[in-house]
Order: sequence, then C-alpha cells, then structure tokens
Amino acid sequence: MHVFVQACILGLLTGGVYALMASGLALGFGVMRVINVAQGALIILGAYLSYSLYTSLHIDPFVGLVVLTPLMFLLGTGLQLVFLRPLRDEEREELSLLVTWAIALGIEGILSLAYSTTYRSTITGYADHSWSIGGYYVSVARAYAFIASFAVIGLLFAVLKFTKLGRAIRATVQNPMAARLLGIDTRVVSAVGFGLSVATASAAGAVYGIVFPFNPGSHYDLISRLLTIIVLGGLGSLGGAVIAALFMGVSESVFSAEVSPIWSSFTFFIVLIVVLVLRPQGLFGARVRGSI
Amino acid sequence: MPYVFTAPWVQDLFIFTVMYAALASAWNIVGGYSGYISLGHAAFFGLGAYAVAILFEHISIGGGYRPFFVLPLVGVAVGIASLPIAWVAYRTRAATFAIVTITLLFVAQQLAFNLHSLTGGSQGATMPTPSFPVATYNVPFYFAMLGILALAMLISWYIRGSKLGLALFAIRDDEDRARGLGVQTSFAKLTSFAVSAGLVAMAGGVWAYYLTFIYPQFAVDPLITIGMVLMVYLGGRGTLWGPVLGAFILVPAQKYLAYQLGASQLYLIGYASVFLVVMLLLPRGILPSLADLARRLRVRHDRERRRVEEAATS
Amino acid sequence: MTPLLEVEEARKRFGGVVAVDGCSFTVAAGTITGLIGPNGSGKTTVFNLVTGYLPADAGTIRFGGETIRRPDPTTLARKGLIRTFQQARVFPNLTVVENLALAVPSSRAGSLRPRVTPQEREHAEELLDDFTLTQHKHSLASELSFGQRKLLEFAATLMSRPRLVLLDEPAAGVNPVLVERIEHHIRRLHGEGLTFLVVEHDMPFVMRLCEPVIVLDRGRTIAEGPAADVQLDPRVLDAYLGD
Repeated sequence: MHVFVQACILGLLTGGVYALMASGLALGFGVMRVINVAQGALIILGAYLSYSLYTSLHIDPFVGLVVLTPLMFLLGTGLQLVFLRPLRDEEREELSLLVTWAIALGIEGILSLAYSTTYRSTITGYADHSWSIGGYYVSVARAYAFIASFAVIGLLFAVLKFTKLGRAIRATVQNPMAARLLGIDTRVVSAVGFGLSVATASAAGAVYGIVFPFNPGSHYDLISRLLTIIVLGGLGSLGGAVIAALFMGVSESVFSAEVSPIWSSFTFFIVLIVVLVLRPQGLFGARVRGSI
Repeated sequence: MPYVFTAPWVQDLFIFTVMYAALASAWNIVGGYSGYISLGHAAFFGLGAYAVAILFEHISIGGGYRPFFVLPLVGVAVGIASLPIAWVAYRTRAATFAIVTITLLFVAQQLAFNLHSLTGGSQGATMPTPSFPVATYNVPFYFAMLGILALAMLISWYIRGSKLGLALFAIRDDEDRARGLGVQTSFAKLTSFAVSAGLVAMAGGVWAYYLTFIYPQFAVDPLITIGMVLMVYLGGRGTLWGPVLGAFILVPAQKYLAYQLGASQLYLIGYASVFLVVMLLLPRGILPSLADLARRLRVRHDRERRRVEEAATS
Repeated sequence: MTPLLEVEEARKRFGGVVAVDGCSFTVAAGTITGLIGPNGSGKTTVFNLVTGYLPADAGTIRFGGETIRRPDPTTLARKGLIRTFQQARVFPNLTVVENLALAVPSSRAGSLRPRVTPQEREHAEELLDDFTLTQHKHSLASELSFGQRKLLEFAATLMSRPRLVLLDEPAAGVNPVLVERIEHHIRRLHGEGLTFLVVEHDMPFVMRLCEPVIVLDRGRTIAEGPAADVQLDPRVLDAYLGD
C-alpha cells in the first residue's frame, strides 16, 4: 500500500509536468487544427536553453523563463507563419503532422550539432533533496516542477478565460468562421495562440530539464507520451489534456512500481488502445459518427 | 543490373533504392490510395527484420537461400498480425489515426529493446553470413529486393483496377459518403493495411539478411517511415509510379548526403529541409503536377487549334 | 398506408441546446413526403439522426417495420435507405461513371473484381441518360458544375434501387431550370414506386411536390398531413411568423 501511495505521489508530480506540456499541444491543435509533433523537440530546446543559461550564467531555470518565454513565443509564431500558414485548410490536419515532424527532426539535428548527444541535466542546488511528508518521499525538484507547471497552466487558463485575447482564442477554437464574422482576425489569433503553445514549451522545458536527464533524441519519448495524452483527453480540449496527463502520470508510475519499470511506458500504449476501443473521441472530444 | 555495375557501393545503392521503392509503393497503398497517413510503418519493417532473424536463431531454418524462401511466409504472417492493430487504429480518423500509428512505432521499438530473449535487446540480433560467392555476393539480395518491388507494384496495379481500389479512392475523397452508399469501408481499409504491412515486412526481412545484424534503433527507425512517406509525396501520392520515382530520386540523394556530410546531425537537418521543401512547394508530387501541366497545355493547345480552325473557315 | 420509416420520440441535444425534443413522424411507402420547419426547428438534425450520421440520445427508428438499433449509414444503405447532401457530395477524383459504379451492391464486397463491370457500366449509362449527363461520363466529378453534381449525387442514390431516398435540400443553390428538372425526376421516380423524404426550405417547391408534409418546430412535430391543410394550419403559420 505504501508503495502504491508513493507511486501515486510521484505519478501526480510527473503528471503535472506532462499536463503543462500537453496543454501546449492541445492549444496548438485548438487554434490551428495542427498536431505539433515538434512540441517535444521544442520542449527539449527549452530544456537546453534553460540548461545553458544556468551553467554559463548561473541563472536559475525558473528565473531564466523571463527571457526564454518571449523568445520561444516569437519562435512559435515564426514557425507558424512560415511552415503552417501556407498549408491549405483541408489538408492542414494531416500535413501538419509531417511538416512538424520535419521541424522536430531539424531541431534535433541542430541541437545535436550544438550540444552533442551526451545526456544533460540542469542540476540545481535543490535537485537531490527530498522532503519526507507523512512517511512518503517527495522530491523537492519534482515538487517545484509540479507547482511551476500548474502555475503556468493556471496562468494560461486565466489568460484564456479573462482576457480579450483569451476570449478571441476560445472563439476561434470553437468556431473559426463564426469568430471571423464577429470581427476577430483569426489569422492573428491563431498565430498568437500557436506562439503561446510554443511558449509553454519553454516553461515545460525548463521544468523538464531539472527533473529528467535529456539529450536531443529525448523528444521522441516525450512526444509519444504527449500525443497519447491528448488523444485520451480529446483533441483540442485543454482541460481534457490536463486531466489525461495527471491520469497517465499516475498510471505509469503505479505500473512501474507494482509491475515493472522497464515496461512502464507501455501503460500509455495500453491506455490508448482501451480508450480507442471504448471511446475513440477521448474523454472530452466531440462525438460524431462520421462528418455531416 | 548488379552484373553490369560491380562496384560494391553501387550495388549497395541499387539495393537500397529498390528497397525504398518497394517500401514507398507499399505505403502508397494505404497512404496514397485511401489517404490514411500511417506514420508507423517502420514497425512492420522491423517486425519483418526481426522475424527473419528470429526464425534463424530460434528455429534454425538454415542459411544460404533459405531465408529468402521464408519471406512470403513472413509477409503473410505480419500482414495478418497487423489486422488487430489496424482495426483499433481505424476507429479513428486523419490526425488521430496518424498519432496512433506513431505510437505503434514507439511501442515496437520498446518491444525490440526490451524483449531480450527474443530479440537480443540492445545488443541486436545477428544472422550468419551466407556463403554466397564473393564476386556476386550482393546479387541474390538485389534480386530479392527487386522481386519484392515487382510484387508491390503488381499488387498496387491490380488494386487500382479493382473494386478494392475504387473503394479506397472513394474513401480518400469522402469516406462518409462512401459509407452512406453502402461501401464496405472497413473491409477495404483493413485489407489495404494488411497487404501494405506484409510487403513492408518482407523488405525488412531481406534487409536484415543483407546486413546480417540488426539493432532495434535501426530496424524500427522513424526515419524509415519518414523516408517512405517523403518519397511517396515527392513522386505523387496515389499514383502507380510516383513512389518509385520518389525513391529513385531520394535514395541516391540521401546516400550522397550521408557520404558528404557524414555526421548524422547534419543528415537530420538535411532530411528535414528536403521534407519541408517538398511539403510546402510541391505538395501534390511530381507525377500529378506534371499531369496537371500536361492537361493545361493540352487544353490551351485545343483552344488555339479551334481558334485557328474558326478563323480559317470564316 | 404502410409506414416505411417511423421515427418515435427522437431526442438529441448538443451541450445545452436541445435540437430534437421528442420528435415523431411517419413516412408512408410510395409517397413524396416533405419535411419542413423554420430555422432551428431541428429538421436537419432529425435528418442526420435518421440517416445514421448522428447518434440519437433517445428514441426509436423503424425502417420497413424493422427497428434499427444503432443507425449507421452503411447498414441503412444496405437495407435500402440512402440520402443526398445539401452540398452535393460526390467523389471528385473519380469519374462520373465510377461515382455511380461505387453505389452498387456488388461494390460493397470490396474485392478484386474490375472497377466497373459491364453490367454496372450499362446501368450507369442508363441513369446518366435519364439525367442527361451522358456527355460527361468520362469526366472527373470535380469537373462538373454544382448543378451537375447534384444530379450525379441523385443518380448515385438510385444505383442500388433503394426503397427510400432522403433528399437534403435538393433545390438549394440551384437555378430554377435545374430545380424543375430535379422535380421532374422526383416525380418520375415516384411514379415508378420510389418513396422520398424531402427536407426543403423552398416552400413553393415543397407544396407543389410533396404529399404529405411534416412540419417541425423547436425539435417537435407540430403538424403532419396533406400539403393544403398544413399550409393553412395556424400552428404552422405561427411557427414561421411568430417569435
């Protein structure tokens, strides 16, 4: 039982980080109907940049975000403009997968050149410490990561719910044509929305780098988990992504502790199969038997 | 062909070009004909590769030419094995389908790494080197690959002209309308997927034997899928010769780049750039674009001719 | 009067909006039944429920006396219920003949028989002749005008000799000459024994052609009967003019 609860705690903490990463992905899909397979690579990019800031300039990763986030935001809007906007609407969903995969490979290549393939980790002072709460270990780094992740998610939700931009984004996500009729410039909104989703990657990367060792190839592992999470949560649903992320974090952790650590990434696959068989649209996706 | 060019590196180039032409043609049956973009086909390649290696190690089928004869069996077996996966995947559409296939790929890679007893884990699996005569060592492999390419093209051609092909193209255009007319879309989709997977697996089997050692990260490599997909898009999705054309352009280019740039990092960037250029500038592919151009020219020519005729008769 | 299609207490909601609220009606065999209603009456949704493109939250659908448990376009098509779409959905990258050949029962087996068998070609050419589309038979469907596509789509529904054809706004977006042609075809086929359910906004068209007419408002049937009666029914007038 103790093992189970410990696994749950660990899983929840990891799930929080997944949640941040997945919500960025969900947002990107929502505004542009684009599956950004490069999100994993962008997160790793964020991790590397945060790592560099820390190792060369001794800037704490969370502080470094002040610089990184706007930078990644600009990168996001840039990528959207150059590579995604030119795609025609009908094909965008599918082609975006291939295009962003190519971008991911490009980023992986650039990172390999710049940093080589050795594993890195942003080892801050609090990295190895753990608190003991009620007999359970809670790693300090993971706890901070969790809190930071939810702080950013909270910020994202706040922006979406309370700001004019946020409302414009939500309108565009729900119904682009209606949004346009209401006078919303959906092109600007989708660019900004996409930029935001990449900006979350910088936060996620900083956090990821503290908790896990990474190298340029790590993005594959990441993106496969993230993609499963958003399918589970329902494409385009941010809330769904968060819930699914937490659920998967816990499942993976529990499976790892109770069954086998080597096969822990299989939990994602198993859950994906179960979801697809029972409810292909995910938890919060729209359910339509074919298009009308 | 390999009798004409005897330099090993040229023969190697031919073998890989033909292999990718076969892979691309096989992928085209699903991705081109039905429009379902499978990004996990490399999993079947690896499956075929490991199947041959395992048959070798655990069932001792013997060396020489025997592994080649096992190939059809491997193809059929993998084709059938792919059905349950395909059935689950086909419960989704478009982007979600692609995501499921990507996941399949990663799972296959995990399996390859972790099922030590079967696959040798990260140490890889080996096959004894066949005792083909040194001078013509590559020849059997070349013809085996060529055979698979011929089979892939034959199947592609046959499907195009059949009701199955009609159903697949209709699915690509408007799956729900097809369903509404009573077309058995599930049957069509599953059949195309199994056939495609089987062909890819056979190519993987020959590849394994050719290399005589396989590592999980290379047998089940996302870059193999990307290669297949890129070649089909470049040549023309859904056409018969497009995938072959794409392979004949890209494989030599790829080998050349690898030779010049060596380091895998630049290689990745190069691949990524080619991919992006093709996607954004020539999304329909070479053959369809040429066909369009030809048609436009013909229409213009006809119009011109009619104008001349009218001028002459008036 | 044998009921061919029976809808009983169908319900469908989208989030907070109840589109269909206990809707019931019957389509009798051998009729051209009209389905009308003001905007937001739920007629499009009901149409999608009946044809299996949307799952209903509640209610029963019976076709030819048989209760259809989970309506699905493919199953319904095989039982003889086929629909058209407002946007005239055809297969743009297939030729006109292939568009028709696809809609034939033997196509449903997938399989390795040739794309268009001689019998299918003959049947298709007959239909194309009826609809005066013969000169386009080898064109790609993408090369047809909107009106021609509507005709093609209509022809395709007939290939499998269905029992009930549901027409989704057949007169929409089409010039009056073509509307007349479509009307002519509907009457002709009706004369040959085919049953139609037509959803339409074009009132004169419905009143000329359909008998009986079903009127929906706010997700429910408010009138069902001969066109002449329905036209004068105060509830119907209220639904269209009121609010």
